[in-house]
Amino acid sequence: MENLLQEPHPLETVLISRRFRLENSASLATFLANEGFAGFRKALTMTPDEIIAEVKLSSLRGRGGAGFPAGMKWSFVDRKSPKPKYVVVNADESEPGTCKDRVILQYDPFRLIEGVLIAARAIGSERGWIYIRGEYRYLIEHMNAVIAQAYAAGWLGKDIQGSGMNFDFATQSGAGAYECGEESALLESLEGKRGNPRLKPPFPAQVGAFQCPTVLNNVETYSAAPDVILKGGQYYADLGTPKNGGTRLLCISGHVNRPGVYEVRLGMNMLQAVNALAGGVWKGRKLKAIVPGGSSCPVLKAEECDIPMDYDSLAKAGSMLGSGGMVVLDETTDMVKLLSRIMKFYAHESCGWCIPCREGTTWLKKILARLDDGVGSVSDIDTVDQLAVNMFGHTFCPLGDAAAMPTMAIVRKFRHEFEAKLQSASQAFVPAPGTRSLPIVK
Amino acid sequence: MPDLVQLTINGKAVSAPKGTLVIEAAKQVGIEIPAFCYYEGYSLQAACRMCLVEVEKMPKLMPGCTLPVAEGMVVHTESPKVVDSRKSMLEFLLTNHPLDCPVCDKGGECELQDMTFRYGLGESRFTDIKQHVDEKQWSPLVYFDAPRCILCYRCVRVCEEGMGVQALGIGKRGVATEIIPNAGDHLECDECGNCVDICPVGALTSGTYRYKSRPWEMNYAGTICTHCSDGCKTTLSVRNGAIIRANNRDRSGINGEFLCAKGRFGYDFVHSPERLQTPLIRKDGKLEPASWSEALSLVAARLSELKSRGAKFGVLGSTHTTNEENYYLQKFARTGLGTSNIDHQRTGDVPALLDALSGHENALATVGDLYTAKSVLVISSDLSQQHPLLAFQLRANYRHNRAAVYTVTPGPVRERDYAARSVVVAPGAELDLLPALADELKKHGNLVIVFGPAIKGGAVHSLVAFGDSLGIPVKYICLVSDSNSRGALDMGLLPDLRPGYQAEAQPGLALPEILAAPDLDALWVVGSNPFETAPLASRDCFVVVQDLFLTETAQAADVVLPSASAYEKSGTVTNTAGEVQRLKPGPKVMGAKSDLEILGLIAKEMGLDLGIWSSDKVFEEIRRTVRGYNVALPVIATGGASPTTPVNGHVPASRPDLIQDSGDTLFTSGTLGRYSNVLKSVMEAPGTLYKP
Repeated sequence: MENLLQEPHPLETVLISRRFRLENSASLATFLANEGFAGFRKALTMTPDEIIAEVKLSSLRGRGGAGFPAGMKWSFVDRKSPKPKYVVVNADESEPGTCKDRVILQYDPFRLIEGVLIAARAIGSERGWIYIRGEYRYLIEHMNAVIAQAYAAGWLGKDIQGSGMNFDFATQSGAGAYECGEESALLESLEGKRGNPRLKPPFPAQVGAFQCPTVLNNVETYSAAPDVILKGGQYYADLGTPKNGGTRLLCISGHVNRPGVYEVRLGMNMLQAVNALAGGVWKGRKLKAIVPGGSSCPVLKAEECDIPMDYDSLAKAGSMLGSGGMVVLDETTDMVKLLSRIMKFYAHESCGWCIPCREGTTWLKKILARLDDGVGSVSDIDTVDQLAVNMFGHTFCPLGDAAAMPTMAIVRKFRHEFEAKLQSASQAFVPAPGTRSLPIVK
Repeated sequence: MPDLVQLTINGKAVSAPKGTLVIEAAKQVGIEIPAFCYYEGYSLQAACRMCLVEVEKMPKLMPGCTLPVAEGMVVHTESPKVVDSRKSMLEFLLTNHPLDCPVCDKGGECELQDMTFRYGLGESRFTDIKQHVDEKQWSPLVYFDAPRCILCYRCVRVCEEGMGVQALGIGKRGVATEIIPNAGDHLECDECGNCVDICPVGALTSGTYRYKSRPWEMNYAGTICTHCSDGCKTTLSVRNGAIIRANNRDRSGINGEFLCAKGRFGYDFVHSPERLQTPLIRKDGKLEPASWSEALSLVAARLSELKSRGAKFGVLGSTHTTNEENYYLQKFARTGLGTSNIDHQRTGDVPALLDALSGHENALATVGDLYTAKSVLVISSDLSQQHPLLAFQLRANYRHNRAAVYTVTPGPVRERDYAARSVVVAPGAELDLLPALADELKKHGNLVIVFGPAIKGGAVHSLVAFGDSLGIPVKYICLVSDSNSRGALDMGLLPDLRPGYQAEAQPGLALPEILAAPDLDALWVVGSNPFETAPLASRDCFVVVQDLFLTETAQAADVVLPSASAYEKSGTVTNTAGEVQRLKPGPKVMGAKSDLEILGLIAKEMGLDLGIWSSDKVFEEIRRTVRGYNVALPVIATGGASPTTPVNGHVPASRPDLIQDSGDTLFTSGTLGRYSNVLKSVMEAPGTLYKP
């Protein structure tokens, strides 16, 4: 594939992305010539406990969105279980605003395979899958070719590089459901079933794919492992802030001059990222708000954005670092329309398993679509907030929360926009002869 | 005792075994945690979110249906947070619900109505357009109205886990999510209707009951199904003298939530237009309607006359009539007519089993034992077709207790899906295979052996000897075919055995010999159709038939007396495991009389003293005189099943060569099935054995 990436920005810290700009970066030859599999080779000399200790030390946290410490996750797998253990890669990158996993798969796919092999070595697994969202059709074909090359070169299969370690790896296509990015729904789908989430506990580390202990991480999380092992957990941890180790890929989109994927140390200032990396808000406009980590994260108003980007700082600001999908909104953004669009997405993607998410997202979608057209009453604005409150924390899986959180944030922080829309619509509204106008109830 | 965990629910101290779910622990102390998707005995869903409760030190509300109790846990089920959350769940649920309660079959017995009444908001804020999908018909018996569905997935689970059928699945997603038949647009299943019954709302409705009534406009009679010999409780819903529904919604009886297609839908024979409603007398070679008094006096006069000149009688009983009727009939034959030429269509060798078990204690299994046994061996029966309740019990035992199930059958059976071993052997070779299983069977601690009619005579003795050789407690069920096949044997409808399997001093003729006797003077057939398969040899024979329908036998009769079905009378029946249960009359069909009343009236007309023909009185006599039937009356009177205590001693062999499997499937039921349009209407009918 043609390499479309620009040179790294001086403020970037290239670690995961350090091979992206090489010629033929996705080829095995380039990979091997540039420290490829060095982390895995080192891992082969370590015991599983040492690998897990190193990952724990690195304070590498899950890059999919929830930010769960990876080393902890790996350590939960019962390695003594007589059942086979599995390594599953979550490449169901579906959170709106997020486009980092596909860059890794496209430009440095062997890095992922190396990370998976390290995880496999750590938990004693001999089989794994990468679950790729159906919309990434081209990447599924690409990964199939990459895996075939790895097999041919002895990096997958039996007795990998004479180490005695066996590992089989294959792709599995999703079928277009956001819900299948949730780990247990992903496992259901991987097994060929309907992608509904599972009851937890048990967690995948105990009962995962095909009822066996399973480690399930995001593409970026596995892809960080080779450097954690090669350069050491301490080195990786020191790149970030305490408990927030390393670098991560930031996908900046929206109203900026230079949208793109940037690799930054955890803890970089959010405004700095927007202004320096992404070239600032476009068209000379002012910043209105930022969605920090994918559409499910509560938006931050411009004045709330002067914070370091790590899991804990964002949590303190009432939002989340999420999947790294940062959406920048300029002053002209219609927040009612934005929320209406977000809710259209969640109503479409709700799996339908539990009541509050299934009915709540659709109900919200209907009200918000109306409000966006200026049809409704002020009490509808309160209803929107209350419905989100009623959904939040009450659903079977986090999808309901993902829909409720941005709703509460936007409707509370930008309530005046909802009211203004109703107001102006009522003034502009001229009922056709014989039709009844909808009253605006104060 | 398992480890007990101490917790507090709403300030009440509760102790519950480790692993108990909070919803169950609350139930123990009388606290209701409402839920739709939670259903005892089926897999956990946590989908409806109605059971969210507040647990101290937990950040979020927790579903009580999946949360196990923990030491020191403090649970609040009525805190403001919980109450609000329930209100919001019901508000969410009703957003796309059509609220068509006034025309919904479920209105009045709907869990969504009850919950809304008890826990819901008074009003809804929902003002937008509801999601609508048109109603679908999935089979002649099952309709699905998606908008009413609350997606609790009970139907999917009862079908997959309970029945082992997997006819239902989930389709689409989000608010459009629907229950769908896995076959596409129709059901390919047992047509048991358990999905209809278990549905908490009016989403799944019964093809036979829909739009016929309101639940409060019916009378209910909890009685015993009159089809196969499993003895399921079925509650007849009667309106204006007609059965319009049968179900077991209260989960009483030995069958819990289970009923098969026959028990749930196969009652329509009762109101078949072909039911006999007036006696018929042959005049000039044709059967003509007659009054009851005319017919009864004719029968009494002819029988008295024949008896006085020492004529040769033959009496054939039924496998669907009550114990009282069977007892009275054999008493009539033996003491009233002075003949032992009495028999019925035998479908299992119970005498041989009792004889083989002579000296054994506690060796007859009940239907309940199939749920608790550590292992079960099924020989020569396609349980899911022939004994659906037993199959259901086995599946539940495997699902909950991981019981080891073994089947040795002449063809594939559904139990093979989960059986420890499922072996197909040539008919007749079943027992040869058992020694190979012995070592494995011994490991499980106890065993119930269920065997079909192919195992009879000496084979039953060999089977019991095999059971004895295992050195573990073994119990047995001898399968018989019809609702009171067992009762017919117990009550002595046999030429060589009197009630309670006591030897007859002067054995009479058995069924084929009666039919073949060229000098038979009178044949009395009660609820049976022997001429369907064999002709009557005697040319000059007075034939009296009591039946519901003008069967082949009734067509050849001199007098036909219309009798009442089991759903119209009281009395007791005994299931295949020897458990006695009581019938309760539901509807009344004009013109028909119970067989007991017919027998009693004829006896009275003949001047015979056979005792009062009330079922209670006759049952009293049975309890006094029939070995094993001195059962606890309160159990039976309150709708329970009481096991009969076995005869423990030698039982003479009784013509095993006459035993024949009825061959009925899930959708056939002898004569009754022929007159059930509903059972014939389903795509799966008539069904085949050993073809899962």
